[in-house]
Amino acid sequence: MPVLLMLRFIIKRLLITIPTILVVITITWGLVRLAPGNFYTGNKKLPPAIEQNIREKYGLDKPWYEQYRRTMWGILRHLDFGTSLTYPGQSVNAIIARSLPISATVGLLAYLLALMVGITIGASAAIKPNSRWDYGAMGLAMLGISIPNFVLGPILVLVFSLTLYWLPPSRWEGFPSRNIILPVITLAAIYTAYIARLTRAGLLEVLRSDYIRTARAKGLSERQVLFRHALRGGLMPVVSYTGPALAFLLTGTVVVERIFILPGLGNYFLQASLNRDEPLIIGIVAFIAIILLLMNLLVDIAYGYLDPRIRY
Amino acid sequence: MKPDSPNKPGDQENVEPAITPLGTPPAPPIRPRTGDIIHTTSELAVGEGDVRSAELGEVVRGTSLWRDAWRRLLKNKLAVLGLAFVFLITIAAVIGPAVIRRVNGITPDYIPSDAALIKSFPPFRAPDGSFSATHPMGTDNQGRDLLARTLQGGQISLMVGIIATLMSLIIGVSYGAIAGYLGGRTDSIMMRLVDVLYSLPYIIIVIVLLSMFKKQTAQGQLILLFVALGSVSWLTMARIVRGQVLSLKNQEFVLAARATGVSTTRIIFRHIVPNTLGPVIVYATLTIPAVMLSEAFLSFLGFGVQAPLASWGTLAADGSQTIGIYPWQLIGPGLAMGLTLFSLNFVGDGLRDAFDPQMRK
Repeated sequence: MPVLLMLRFIIKRLLITIPTILVVITITWGLVRLAPGNFYTGNKKLPPAIEQNIREKYGLDKPWYEQYRRTMWGILRHLDFGTSLTYPGQSVNAIIARSLPISATVGLLAYLLALMVGITIGASAAIKPNSRWDYGAMGLAMLGISIPNFVLGPILVLVFSLTLYWLPPSRWEGFPSRNIILPVITLAAIYTAYIARLTRAGLLEVLRSDYIRTARAKGLSERQVLFRHALRGGLMPVVSYTGPALAFLLTGTVVVERIFILPGLGNYFLQASLNRDEPLIIGIVAFIAIILLLMNLLVDIAYGYLDPRIRY
Repeated sequence: MKPDSPNKPGDQENVEPAITPLGTPPAPPIRPRTGDIIHTTSELAVGEGDVRSAELGEVVRGTSLWRDAWRRLLKNKLAVLGLAFVFLITIAAVIGPAVIRRVNGITPDYIPSDAALIKSFPPFRAPDGSFSATHPMGTDNQGRDLLARTLQGGQISLMVGIIATLMSLIIGVSYGAIAGYLGGRTDSIMMRLVDVLYSLPYIIIVIVLLSMFKKQTAQGQLILLFVALGSVSWLTMARIVRGQVLSLKNQEFVLAARATGVSTTRIIFRHIVPNTLGPVIVYATLTIPAVMLSEAFLSFLGFGVQAPLASWGTLAADGSQTIGIYPWQLIGPGLAMGLTLFSLNFVGDGLRDAFDPQMRK
């Protein structure tokens, strides 16, 4: 694909993406601000003088437009989301920097697992459509979509930790540890199911197309047809699912981190929402939105590479 | 019934199917009576019609898209099983708690006294619950019957699923139909907004919304939940409907309606929208489990349904706390929810295959 066209496409998309991020931050800011009450109404009662001082320190005594200007300016100028109210003295950036690696590790491992298992299951079902294996695999995939991860997680804990004593039930102990296995499986289950379904549908569509017939007609082995020709086209739906999958991943981690008590981004987000820690809420939501939108951009670019018919 | 009266269900078992090819929009029915163009919703939506052949003078009965779809759906065993299960669980959720009350006097929120609690359990059972004829699914931590609570929770879960789906249906269909029919700049602005909303981490925003505007009463929070879930789940619906409308709006029947001076609003909602119902129903069926899952997810995290109301999500949340000691407290409600979502997904898949045979793999 011509590099210039690609560049133009990326710039065009960025021009949409940046205002979108601002819209997300504004919506979140508005929700947090419009709601009755504030951080200090829900928590421990402070003497009025102290509360006044704290409000001044964080700029909460200013009129709303001034606060909005400050928040936006901080984010736009230095990517600075301010200071958390629940964790005094800790910047939102520091909290994100500390918790993101945990969520990202679990999330990425889950996604890799889901890709490997999902594509394998989906492809093997597509090769023999309407066979017993196909029905079994798709039934399993439907089950994976239908069982919520907050049911699956505790059941896995019950079986593997509390009954068989194979794996630890919770806690974060760094990356290469056995603690990570159950959270990753819990998080991966639903994507595995989706990816298997998408792979099967995509491959079946492609396997019936003319260019596959040509490939077969010129005497390629079934194996070559599948791996060299069919998979590339057949995986298009899976690629376009990557964007939404990331959104799922983020919501999934909220639950998984809660079940397995992992100090990740999702857990901080939950705490912040419960405590009305406004800068932390805005910071995490804005951060998630930025990642999500950039990922969607990447997916669109990847699409162009996989499918030469797509022109920007 | 007169031979040339419009088709009624059940009177055409022996008729050759498919006069109207599937996938093509229905031809306007030719009626023996000429005169005003009468558009009734069913006529336009269903597209069935008795075609009176001019030469032969006999009535050839068409089979409707709906009847065809229904027949294909009935052939899909999994979808039928799913439909049956959804039907059963809905009935059970609606009348179940009352039946249990009739049979053994237990209400979902009946908490036995400590003395009764102690007396009712053999010492080798778990102290807070037992499986017996009175509590086939055990009890929760406070001695409440889990079967009754699961059924009652099902009411709330199903209600959230249906109401939020209806909301997404109303918003999505109107939005998509208006964007698609008006076209041009309006369309591109409206759909660009959908694109933007699509890329947002909506469930995160819903959590912020629910936690910020937390209501004092459980009913208030439930209504907030309907609004929050309904207002984020209409996007795909809008896209689907817009796509359909784009392909429909240049058809002759729309032209005819416009020529006879029908207003734009009326054309959109009386003439075009009924013809998009097939895909809309399919997608709505798939929206119900998705919304129920979101509700359960939010309730599990404590932002959704609030006590004293319970849903499958809150029951699962309670159960997951005690998974090591009283696993049935999670497994019962979890199984009820899992099976319902499973069935609804199969029904949705079956409907999609039924309405769009080309998609069938």
